[in-house]
Amino acid sequence: MSLPHPLLSVEGLVRHFGGLTAVDGLSFALSAGEIVGLLGPNGSGKTTALNMISGYLPPSGGAIRLGGEPIGGLRPDRIGHKGVARTFQLVRALPSLTVAENVLAALAFRRERLWGEAGRAEAEALLAQVGLGGRGDQPATSLTYIDLKRMELARALASAPRLLLLDEWLAGLNPTELRAGIGLISGLRDRGTTVLLVEHVMDAVRALCDRCIVMNAGRKIADGPTADVLAHPAVITAYLGGEHA
Amino acid sequence: MNARTLCLAALGLLALAALAAVPTFAGPYPLGLMIGILGYVVLATAWALFSGPTRYVSLATVAFFGIGAYTVAVLADLLPYPMVLLVAALIGLAVALLVGLATLRLAGVYFVVFTFGLTELIRQLVTYYEVNVTRTLGRYVFLPFGPEHIYWQLLALAAATLGLAFWVRRARIGFALRVIGDDEVVAAHLGIAITRTKLTLFAASAVIMTLAGAIQAPRWTYIEPSIVFNPTVSFLTVIMALLGGANRLFGPLLGAVPLFLLFEWLSANFPNHYSIILGLLFIAIVFLLPQGILAYGERLWPRRRTARPAAREATP
Repeated sequence: MSLPHPLLSVEGLVRHFGGLTAVDGLSFALSAGEIVGLLGPNGSGKTTALNMISGYLPPSGGAIRLGGEPIGGLRPDRIGHKGVARTFQLVRALPSLTVAENVLAALAFRRERLWGEAGRAEAEALLAQVGLGGRGDQPATSLTYIDLKRMELARALASAPRLLLLDEWLAGLNPTELRAGIGLISGLRDRGTTVLLVEHVMDAVRALCDRCIVMNAGRKIADGPTADVLAHPAVITAYLGGEHA
Repeated sequence: MNARTLCLAALGLLALAALAAVPTFAGPYPLGLMIGILGYVVLATAWALFSGPTRYVSLATVAFFGIGAYTVAVLADLLPYPMVLLVAALIGLAVALLVGLATLRLAGVYFVVFTFGLTELIRQLVTYYEVNVTRTLGRYVFLPFGPEHIYWQLLALAAATLGLAFWVRRARIGFALRVIGDDEVVAAHLGIAITRTKLTLFAASAVIMTLAGAIQAPRWTYIEPSIVFNPTVSFLTVIMALLGGANRLFGPLLGAVPLFLLFEWLSANFPNHYSIILGLLFIAIVFLLPQGILAYGERLWPRRRTARPAAREATP
């Protein structure tokens, strides 16, 4: 019996920016249906890794495979069509469009595209799922911060991704909003969507992630069940600094 | 197709029929004015087709316009007229694809400067070729056309351009361009092939501009590079589209008509200070009406716009 391919596998991923090596030989794998946290102090290379998986940055070296198929270095629209969707560290709404059109933008250009009445109906349904039901006709710029995040999640889900990359999607929310946000993401577990989330909010990481990968200075320093990883001495040192830990 | 679309189509056809009858009663001067207006309606609408949603300010309008005019001047005696137009369109297309591939990665002011430089480059190349190879700078264009023939051709081109703009606004490709104009990074991640989308619409817009130049070439009888590659044409096109509103279907048209008449009057009455006034006007428009007259009007009378979504919800 041959082992099935992991949904995402990253092997020896490297990215240089001039003389700086932001990601330095990163390897890990995600199985289908997992929700995994990608942690690490600021500047440890988490977002750079995410950017290479989504196609925003080409890797300097290493391999990225989705369902066994190499995707490293492809254009973001190609990678999107293969089933990777993402949100951005700073919310990126499409400001001249309405809320529904923001979601329609994902539906209209995904692989099995939806357009016209069917697209509008699906956009409305996705907005209802994230708690923005009936607000599709509002301009996107009129939304509050949490609602922009909801809209961005609906847009990412509209691409019908196999793998969803969330870049600090829960950052900057107040406690009530955070609870709502955690609820939304744990709801993805039931859809079977695989999620890789870069996150600093530890309560959210504990509540959502079965497993965590921790990076420091471009390398992976820990990978395992969330509780174990967060208690790992190397992780505590990385977060708090060597001398004072 | 809903009632509003049908209504618009019917009105459009009526207007087209009325405009087609103009040469039967208009004298030579009004007809000349109408030709000038139609020429700029075509250029401004074609410009806005690409530059409206992407906000890429192109100053290459006259490059394509001039290519069209020069192709007609060179080929008019060699090929039947429809073939000449076809060849002109193909040359415009080829140049647009080449330029597009090289420049559409540039953003903001770099793109503006490049398109302006490109126009100068093409003008200099044509001048160099004419002076050193053919040894005649100017060319005569003799075609058995009266002004009414030019007028009808331009009217057909204007109608086709507005029709195309109408279709693009509702089609996926038009939506893709709006998404790109808002945020290219997001657009790419949503699955939009950015370069192909921009290139397609840039090329469509350029082919229309080329045809506008080709059709108007016989008007001058004599052409030379400084006439058909005059950068003022590019500037006027931008001002007209911005004044009317580059993101509205009829915005460029509504900008082109009054501004063309104003420029006509200015150049007749202040031939020496024409370009100073033009520059001041450009500044005033960009400062006072950055979104165009139509958007300004909607802000003055906002009721219509806010009432529409409510009405949609009431009648699902």
